[in-house]
This record gives sequence, structure tokens and C-alpha cells, in this order.
Amino acid sequence: MKFSLDWLREYLETDASVQQVADALNAIGHEVEGIENPAEKLAGFKVAEVLTAGPHPDADKLQVLSVSTGEGDPLQVVCGAPNARAGMKGVLGLPGAVVPANGMELRKSQIRGVESNGMMCSVRELELGDEHDGIIELPGDAPVGADFAEYHSASPIIDVAITPDRPDCMGVMGIARDLAAAGLGMFKPADVPQIDGDGACPVEIRTDDAEGCPAFYGRVIRGVANGSSPAWMQRRLIDAGQRPISALVDCTNYLMLAFGRPAHVYDLAKLSGAVVARRAQDGERVLALNEKTYTLDDSMTVIADDNGVHDIAGIMGGEDSGVTDGTSDVLLEIAFFDPPRIGVTGRKLGLTSDARTRFERGVDPEFLDQGLALLTDLIVRTCGGAPSEAVRAGSPPVERKVLQFNPARTAKLGGIDVPEDRQRAILTSLDFEVGDPGSGPGQAWQVTCPARRHDIEGPADLVEEVVRIEGLDKVASVPLSRVPGVARPTATPEQLVQRRVRRAAASRGLHEAVTWSFLPVPDAEHFADGEQLWVLDNPISEDLKAMRPSLLPGLLRAARRATDRGAASVRLFEVGRRYFRGANGHSDERATLGLVLAGDKTPRGWANGKAQGFDAYDAKAEALALLEAAGAPVDNLMVMGEAGAQFHPGQSATLRLGPKKVLARFGALHPATLKAFDIEGPVVAAEIFLDAIPAKKNAEFARSTYSPPALQPVTRDFAFLVDSALPAGDLNKAVRGADKQRIVDARIFDRFDGQGVPEGKTSLALEVTLQPGEKSFTDEELKAISDAVVKAAQKLGAELRA
Amino acid sequence: MSTEHEAKITETLERLHAAENTDAVEAIRVEALGKQGWLNALMKTLGKMSPEERQIEGPRLQGMRARVSEAIEDRKEVLEAAALEARLATEVLDLTLPAPQAPRGSVHPVSQVMDELAEIFADLGFAVATGPEIEDEWHNFTALNMAETHPARAEHDTFYFPDRDADGNRMLLRTHTSPVQIRTMVGEGAPVRIIAPGRTYRSDSDATHTPMFHQIEGLAIDRDIHLGHLKWTLETFLKAFFERDDIVLRLRPSYFPFTEPSVEVDVGYSTEGGRRVVGGHGDADGHAWMELLGSGMVNPRVIAAAGLDPDEWQGFAFGCGIDRLAMLKYGMNDLRAFFDGDSRWLSHYGFSPFDQPTLSGGVGAPKGVGA
Repeated sequence: MKFSLDWLREYLETDASVQQVADALNAIGHEVEGIENPAEKLAGFKVAEVLTAGPHPDADKLQVLSVSTGEGDPLQVVCGAPNARAGMKGVLGLPGAVVPANGMELRKSQIRGVESNGMMCSVRELELGDEHDGIIELPGDAPVGADFAEYHSASPIIDVAITPDRPDCMGVMGIARDLAAAGLGMFKPADVPQIDGDGACPVEIRTDDAEGCPAFYGRVIRGVANGSSPAWMQRRLIDAGQRPISALVDCTNYLMLAFGRPAHVYDLAKLSGAVVARRAQDGERVLALNEKTYTLDDSMTVIADDNGVHDIAGIMGGEDSGVTDGTSDVLLEIAFFDPPRIGVTGRKLGLTSDARTRFERGVDPEFLDQGLALLTDLIVRTCGGAPSEAVRAGSPPVERKVLQFNPARTAKLGGIDVPEDRQRAILTSLDFEVGDPGSGPGQAWQVTCPARRHDIEGPADLVEEVVRIEGLDKVASVPLSRVPGVARPTATPEQLVQRRVRRAAASRGLHEAVTWSFLPVPDAEHFADGEQLWVLDNPISEDLKAMRPSLLPGLLRAARRATDRGAASVRLFEVGRRYFRGANGHSDERATLGLVLAGDKTPRGWANGKAQGFDAYDAKAEALALLEAAGAPVDNLMVMGEAGAQFHPGQSATLRLGPKKVLARFGALHPATLKAFDIEGPVVAAEIFLDAIPAKKNAEFARSTYSPPALQPVTRDFAFLVDSALPAGDLNKAVRGADKQRIVDARIFDRFDGQGVPEGKTSLALEVTLQPGEKSFTDEELKAISDAVVKAAQKLGAELRA
Repeated sequence: MSTEHEAKITETLERLHAAENTDAVEAIRVEALGKQGWLNALMKTLGKMSPEERQIEGPRLQGMRARVSEAIEDRKEVLEAAALEARLATEVLDLTLPAPQAPRGSVHPVSQVMDELAEIFADLGFAVATGPEIEDEWHNFTALNMAETHPARAEHDTFYFPDRDADGNRMLLRTHTSPVQIRTMVGEGAPVRIIAPGRTYRSDSDATHTPMFHQIEGLAIDRDIHLGHLKWTLETFLKAFFERDDIVLRLRPSYFPFTEPSVEVDVGYSTEGGRRVVGGHGDADGHAWMELLGSGMVNPRVIAAAGLDPDEWQGFAFGCGIDRLAMLKYGMNDLRAFFDGDSRWLSHYGFSPFDQPTLSGGVGAPKGVGA
């Protein structure tokens, strides 16, 4: 909300500078967003008198003026305004001045061959209004040569953000009251004239919707002349960022900006019958003042007459009954609307207005009569006319809240000692009525709140009033208590796992990305695997619509962008959530690590020749390393299928702890996935389902006892012929398990099929590591182990190669 | 005899010295010490000598043999060393050629800063709490004193789902981390000290806003926590986070439905090289204030909504943008880049995996160390 210092001073007697006012506003909770000083914008513009005006020799529409600025020789100025004439006074912009409206710096120039030493300005050029029909005409007594800014007495303008809990400060007078409480001056409330009016109001006013519109006051004024509002009013409205429209409209806007009190003026000639606050009928339509038509429903309060709706109550008036230049009789409306309903209606219609902003936050229910008197006075003063008596339908909810407030609460909650009499003074200056204390200090006070302060609900709010006026800067820092000794660890096991996998992945050469939680629906569907997605009702764009069921789509999009930018190699991972359906309509959000490897694994090089791409084993290596970092029992994992339709069916797998518990999936992506994401393959990926990894139990610090064996391990090689369909891992596992005590490792080091190997068979060679205990193995022992290995392999149909 | 032997030895030693390869040395060795060698033949004469003669000739001949043997070994060593040198001279690698490169990864600034915050607040006794990002409107709004018709609720630019939970509450994407306050108080009661970092969402997108962003919530509930504790906690946290002692805060009264009194917190900063640098008094020369976080004493209605007795329990809450903290500390200027997954940006602004924040090492990761 913007207002000029000049306007503020109408309600606040103060010598404070604009900066002091701004500082005080910030200190008491009204954040200053800007200070404008129009005098700065008007530098270089002078009050000047046109001495002579003659035709331009070379242009029909231009005149050549001789203009006096009170000093030196008159200046020659070329001017295109039709109203420029000898003897008039206006505003001259001298070379060097910058035109506020367009930022153009004025210069001495030749206009069609005639020298011009400045510019006579219009209202619009100086941003003083909209008018641009001619140059500004100043009164005859304007002092020639004076700085126009000074003559105009341009006042600094303060732009302040009023928080939604303070509708009472959505008018200049309310701000003045707060500033006065803060010690910035003396509050001067507006004089409310006593206007009785002549004769009963000729229009019947009624409220048929006591819930939506508990009070509807009004009166008729006959014989008004609607033209331009007076200059002083226009100036204040313009300073407040409000465009002057017509005197009648400007009067209602002035009332709203000065007192936070919206009102409406109807052209009486366009009304017929009683004017009634009622619920709209479903489907009823109204053309509003913004020239848009709104379709209403029966939850919305409207003001209507026999012909239909004239006002979306508390939000915006109707075009059909609006005042025009020809309006002579008007009906004023000052009503109280139920704040929550205004908000609901406004949201439903998608319609915002200054009136709605105030009504939905709650206007002062005790200010209806005063508002009506002030508005009547403004209109009569500016447009003339004869007011009728006021008419009142219903009554506003004016009961004042009474709170029990113990002043000791200020120290307990606010952490600041404010003497009781000071607290009392602060509350009183803000219009709270503070009852006498009970028997002595420390007793609760009975505090009656002004009806306009809808935000005050309990003692905490009164503490806030005291603290903000006393000054938050006076609150001293007080250390929180702390547990003796060194701070205790706070991270949960899940948090520790996430930290470890994140840093493990980064240490393995992957960059951590953070991608959107929401995806284009097709991307999400591609990875949904039959799960019902969470899809937003009101996405900001189609690309950010469905909550991700996998981390891979976002990473694939990032990889695609990277390759588009010419990246040869992409290694990305993300630690985040996947979103599924949970119990009771809530979500089930599962911690996951996703990774994508695309492009070159190693670039072409002088030592190893061609660039090498990624394959499914690279994805497996990452999956296993990260599972290990996460504390998963990687030695016990089973490699199984069903990685998902997004993966290459022959080059992907899941890692499971038991047949049902999937800890990770990895592999090369399916060509259809690559096509859907428009990325060139091969691309490999993995997802680690962190939520599925069993938590470590009974984490002790001491490791199991261990001392390195004294004897060296022995290795033995075995080569088997197996069915090509046999997973090599099965053979490895069987061999490894042939003698659990002495075989400490088994590793496949060769795999071969083709020449010398029968059709349908594959040769697998394993290196088996044997660890002797106290004594070296005897030949017999070695043979027994060998036999056990061969026997275990045979169970899988493997035959030992000679 | 002995002069003749001496001459023979001298000659042998000279020949050894002149020998140019190990073969020549071996030939000399065979000539002297081989089975048929002359020195060996001389040694055999000892057996026929009288004990007296042997006592004199023995050591002399042994000495001769030792001198020759030693000379042979020495020469061999010299020749072998020379041969090795010569071989190595042919095995030169051009070490200006590039070595195999391991890819270098990084930790995202948001994660890094979350770890830093967890470290700082752990020292102050705050644990890290989490909650769902897909929330219901009761937790996100109603329990936080933002009723359906509350104007502030409309200002939140909320993303809604068409779904409702079992209690009929609309489901939405949480607009702030504050619902974690409710969940924590409901779940753990009081006293409680938590921070809750995480993803938050608002339907807002421009140069400085993204529809998804990160917030950290702080909550401390006890019997006697007041505004002074809030101020100290924020000062202490920011000093530790930015690792500077000249952090100056300006507290301004403000409004949030879930706190009462509500306090907006500005921090003093200066502009150096086009960048905002936090520190100093905002009213000092060349300094200004910037809004950094919102906070306040938890509204009694919120405490009651979370099932605690507001006459017994009170405390503070605060909320702050993590992305913003990261940008201020580490100098990024474009929020949108945070969520683009551009490896170039990540390797520039990301962190080494070994930059795990610690209190002893400093929670921040200075430029040019590690990654």
C-alpha cells in the first residue's frame, strides 16, 4: 500500500522525516518496500510563463513560444500543445531534466529548423495524472521561476506491505494510529461530520442474507455533478497508485485508502425497486466494472435490485449501475460482509480487488456510520448534491473481545521486561481498554480489544503488541540450555544411510543432481509399473505434473540435456523420494538412489584406443558398491530378473535379499525407453531402494575378534563345462559353498564358448582361494577339497574340463 | 715364485678392469678360478706342501684368490649396472602423456548445506526430523492456524491433488516444512528440538522462484523458551553457518498464522564484486538488510492443534530457504540451475565427497580444497 507523507500527516502530527517514518514502520511490523521522492523526479522543471506564442514557420501544428523563467532572457521553446498561448503559466523542462514518464533527457534541439530550449510539459509527462490533451496550465499566481517540485509541494511516498492480519492498517489513518503508539507523533483521528440529511432515503435497503451481509447502510444523494475530482484528492490518489476516474468513484477510493473502508456508489437512475443484499442464484450473471462477466452461484452474496445483480458483494461493483459523467442521483452503500465468504467467493471467481483484500481480512465493524458520513461529506464537497437521511439494514458484529492478560506474560513469552505501566500505555495507545489490575502486581488485566483488531485472539497477541511497539531490538539474546558434555548424535539410521550412499556415489565419480519431484505424465507413466500415480490438479505446466514413481526419468532428461550440449560422458545420481499410494489416502514416499550412466565410460586414448561405452556390468558395479555403502549384506544378495519393462530384458537384473525383497535394480535401458526419452544408447541405470535395506541392529563398536592367519592362502583353478543357460553366478555360489570353512573365495576369471566347446555349452574357469588353518594342507586335504568343488559343480550339471 | 704370482695377479686384475662385458669377465674367472684355472691349480699344490710351508703359502694363495674373486664381483657389478643403465635408457616413457583418469563426482550444494545445518544444529541439541511431501491440508494449513478461508492460505500458491485422505482432507504438495512441526509434536510430544529440512513446493516460477525448492524448519518447544532464545539460536546458527562473527540480525515484527508474536529476520550484508556478502550491520556504510527468514513464537493454537497444552508448553519456530542459504554462502546466482542436473554446473559448484562437514574441521567447505 502506497501513501504520501502529506496524507499521513493529516492523521499524525509529527516532525519526523520520511526516513524516520519508514524506520518506525519497519520497527513496528509494517515493512517498507520503497520510498519514492517525487521531488527528485521533478528536478529541472520550473514554473514558467509563456510571453509570446507564434506559428512555427515550417509546421502547422507547432508553435514557437517565448518563455520566461524569471531570470535571464526569455527562452525560445517549440511546442505542439493546442492550449499553449501567450500569458499562460505552465511547467518548463530545461535541458538536462529527465521526463519522468519516459526517462528521456531534455536537450537543446532544432525542431524543424527552429531552436528549442526545453519542453512545456503535460500532466502525463510528469506522471501527475493521465491527461495529455495539452500542457499543464498553472494558476495565475504561480511564482515564475520557482522549482515546480516545490510549487507542487510533491510529498515523499511510502510503499508499505501490510500483513494480512492488519486490515485496520489498510488505510492511512490506521497506520497513523500505529505510528503514534510507537511514539512518532500525535494521532489525529479524522473529524467525522454530523450529516443528518433531508428526508427519508427514497430507496428501500434490505439484507436478506444476514450471514453473508449482516449490515447494509446507505443513503441517497440527489443532484450531484460528477466530473473530475479536485486536484488535492487526485494528487493523493495518484501518490497511492490509484488512477483518478471520476469524482464519485474517486471519493469511494479516497475513503477506502484513508480509512481502509470500501464503499460503493450506484447510479440511482439505473436501479429499480428495493436494493437487497441476498444470495446469488446459481448461474446468475453479472457484468462487473472490469468489463468481465461473472457467473455466480448460491454461496455468493450480491447486492441486487428488481432487475438483477449490481454488485458482487464486497468484491466488485456492476457495470450497469456504475456512475457516469451524467449521473445526478446516487445511492451510497456501506456494508459489512462476512470475511470468510468474501474470500471464498473471490477465489471461486478468481477475482481480486482492493475491496476484497480489505473485506476478506475484516474491516472495522464499528466504522459503518462514520464511513457513511465521511463519504457523504466527500461527495457533497466535491460534487454537490443533497443527502437524504441514512438508512440502515441489519447490524454489524461489534462485540468486543475481552481478554485476561497477565503482564508477566510479556517477559515469559517475549523475553523482554517491560514495566507494567509502559505495557498499559502501549495497549491504551492502540485503543485497547485496559481494566484496573486486581489486587496488586502480577494480577491479570481485563483487556477489551477494539473491534477492528480481528487479529487479537489471546494473550500471545497482546504480548506481540507490547513487544513490537517497545521494540524487538530490545529483546536480548539468551542462550538455549544445553545438555552437559559433548553434543549427542542426532542422525537417524535412515539419514546416515543417505549420507553414506551420497558420498559413496560422489566418490565413485558420479555427480549428484537434484531434479524435479514432478514429471510430465508420459515420463511418469513409462516408469509407473502399474502403480497409481499422484497427478496434480493444478500443475504449473504439463512438464511438472505427475509425482515421480522412479528417479530415473528425471535423470534421463538431465542426461539428454547434457548430450544435447555435447557432453561425451554423463554420470549422474540423485538421492530422493519416489511417491506411491499409502494408507488412508496418504502418500508412501520411499527413499531411493537413482543413477544413470550414458555416453563414454572411458574416452578414446593414446593407450587404450577407442572410447568405451557403459554396459550393464558398470551399472551392477555401482549398485553393489552403493548397496555395500548403505550397509546391505551384499554377499547374500541374489541376482534375479524382473528389473522392469524399462530395462533391456536380457541385460538387466534385480538384487534381492530373499526372493521377494528387491534392494536394487540395474542394467541397460530398453531401446523403447531410450526412444521415449529421445536419448542415444547405450544408457545404463540403477536404482537402489534405500527403504528396503534392512536396518542394522545392535550396532556395537567392537568388531568380531580376528587375527590374520599365519599361513598363506593357496589358489586352485578349476574349469567346468556348463549349460550355456546356467547363470555363472550359480556355479560360483555352488563352488564357494563347497567347503565353507576352507574356501574363502571363488572367482570366475574366464568364460568361453565357441571353438573347442560343444554347442550349447560354456566353459567357465574359477580361481578358488583356500585358507589353511594351523597347518599347511596335505595333498589328501587338497584332493578332498577339489573333489568337493567338483561335486558341488556337478550338481549344477557342470563337468570338470580335463 | 711369489713375484711370478704377483705379476700374474696384476695382469689378471688389469684384464678384469679392461673387460667390457660379463662374458669376458666370466672367461677370466674360468681361466683363474675354474676347475682348470691357474689359481685353482696353485691351490691344489698346497696339499703336497709340508705343514710349515702350508702355513705360509696357504694364507698367501687364499689372499690371491680372494683378490681375484673380489675383482671379478666388482667388475661384474659395474658391468651389470652399466647394462641396466643402457637398458633403462631404451625404456623411456613420455610422461607428459595423460595418465588414465578417474571420473570425479560431486555432492549437490543442497545436500552439502543440509549436512552442514544438521551438524550445526546437532551441537545445539536439534535432531533432524522429516515428514511427507505429499501432505494433507490439515497438517499443511489447518493445524498451523490457517483455516480454509484464511487469506494467507490462498497466498501459498498451493499445488493440489484431486485426491482426499480418509478424513476428507484435500491432498497437496506441502508449501512449507512447517507440517513437520505438527507431526513431531503429535508424535513425540514435548519438550522437543528439531530441524526439518526438505523439499517444498509452490506454484510459482520466475527468475528467483522455482516450483520446487528447499526449506529448513526449526522448532524448539519447552516450558520457558522465549523470543530471546529464538534470537540467540538464529544468531548462533548463522554465525556458525557463515563462519563469521560479524553477523548482525534485525528482527522485525511480522505476521505468520502459525506464530505469535511473529518475527521477520533480516541480516546485514554488503555487496562485493556484484555479490552479496553476509556480515556487518545493515545500516553501516555500504551495507543493507536482506530478508533471510521468518520466525516467531509458536502460536498457542498450533500447540493445541498438535495435542499439547499451550498453557504449559511454548517455544519458537523458524523457516528459511536452503537454496538461498547455499547461494549466499557459496556464491551461486541462479536458482534454476540447482535443478537442471547440468554436470558442468555440478562439477563447478558441487562438493567433494570428502567435504563431510564436521565441527572440528569447520562445517563449511572452502573453495579450492578437495573437489
